[in-house]
Amino acid sequence: MKKLESSFKNMVIVLTVVAVVAGLLLGYVNKLTAEPIAQANAKALSDAIALVVPGFDNEPAANPDTIEVDGVTYKIYKATKGDKFIGAAVESSANGFGGALTVLVGFDADGKIIDYSLLSHAETPGLGSKAADWFKKGGKGDITGKNPGDKPLTVSKDGGEIDAITASTITSRAFLNAVNAAYAAYAKQNGNEAAGLNGTTGATSHVEQN
Amino acid sequence: MNNFKVLMNGIVKENPTFVLLLGMCPTLGTTSSAINGMGMGLATAFVLICSNVVISLIKNLIPDMVRIPAFVVVIASFVTLLQMVMQAYVPALYATLGLFIPLIVVNCILLGRAEAFAAKNGAVASFFDGLGMGLGFTIALTILGGIREFLGTGKLFNITIMPEDYGMLVFVLAPGAFIALGYLIAIVNRLKKA
Repeated sequence: MKKLESSFKNMVIVLTVVAVVAGLLLGYVNKLTAEPIAQANAKALSDAIALVVPGFDNEPAANPDTIEVDGVTYKIYKATKGDKFIGAAVESSANGFGGALTVLVGFDADGKIIDYSLLSHAETPGLGSKAADWFKKGGKGDITGKNPGDKPLTVSKDGGEIDAITASTITSRAFLNAVNAAYAAYAKQNGNEAAGLNGTTGATSHVEQN
Repeated sequence: MNNFKVLMNGIVKENPTFVLLLGMCPTLGTTSSAINGMGMGLATAFVLICSNVVISLIKNLIPDMVRIPAFVVVIASFVTLLQMVMQAYVPALYATLGLFIPLIVVNCILLGRAEAFAAKNGAVASFFDGLGMGLGFTIALTILGGIREFLGTGKLFNITIMPEDYGMLVFVLAPGAFIALGYLIAIVNRLKKA
C-alpha cells in the first residue's frame, strides 16, 4: 500500500481516528482495572491497620472517622474486638527532609503507641528512609509503648528521650511531629466521644485529660 | 537482516543504554536496586514491543507530517494501559517505580525505535527489534541496579551478601548512579575494542 499523502484532510482524519481509538481502548481498560485497583488500595490500607493495631474483629478501614485539629483533617480508623474498643490507627503526615512523610500510627485504648507503618515518604534512601524500622520495637529509637500524652515525643537533641536516626535529625523530627499530631487527633476524638457526642468509648481518663 | 540478528543487535551491538546512551533518566533514576532496575526494564520492554508492532502495522496509514504526534499517542496509550494494569495487579512495584512509569512516554528509546526501525520495517521484524532493545535495556538496568544495590547496601535482589555496615551509601544515591554507569560504559567500550 502506498503511504497516505500529507494533505490537510488526511492529517485531520488520521489524527482523529488514532486519538479516538486510543481513547476507547483506554476507557475500556480503565473500566476493567478500576475494581482491582480499588481492592489493591483497600488491601494495602487494611494490611497497614492490621499491623499497627492487631487483634480487631471489625473492619476499621470501612468507615474512618475524620477529625480536624488546627485546620488539618486526620483520618482515624477505630478498631474494636467484640464490642470493646481496643485502639485506633491514625493517619498523619509532616514535612520531612525530602517532602511529605505520611505515617499510620496505632494507639491502644490507653493512648500508648502499639506500632506504626510508614505509608509514604520521600526521604533520602539509606538515611532518612530508615524511619521505616528505626522507631519500631527493637529499633534504636523505639517508640512503641510510649504515650505522647505524657510528654510529646522529641529527639534527644531537642531534650527528648528518642534517639534520632543517625545523620537524619530532620527526618526524625518530622516523623515524631507526625506521631504527636496523630496522638492529638486521637485524643481529641476520644475526648469528643467521652463527652457523649458519639456514644461510649473505652478511652481512659488519661486520654480525656489531654 | 534476519530476525535473530535484529534481536541480538538490540541486546549487544546497539544496546540502548551502554552503546546508544538513550533513556538515561530512568536508567539513573530507578536503578537503586536490582529488582527496581529489572521492573523498569521489563515495563519499558513491554511498551516498546507493543508500540513497535502497532506502529509498523499502521505506518502506511499515517501521513508523514503527522507521524510524530500519531506515534506519541500510540506510545502514551500503551504506557497508560501498563500503568493501570500494574497499579491493579503489582501495587508494590508500582509504588516503587512511581512517577517513572508515566515517564516511559518520553523515553527516547521508544520514539527512537519507532522512527528508526518500526516506521521502515514489517511487524515481525519490529517485534524482534522491540524485544531485543527491551531486553538490552532490561539487562543493562538490572546490572546497574545490582551493582549499586550490592555496593550501597551489601544486598543483591534483597538477599544480604555482606553486612550492611560495609555498604557505601553514595551508590544508592544519585552520584553513585553516575559513577557506576560511567565505569560500566568504560568496561563495555573496552570489551568492544578487544
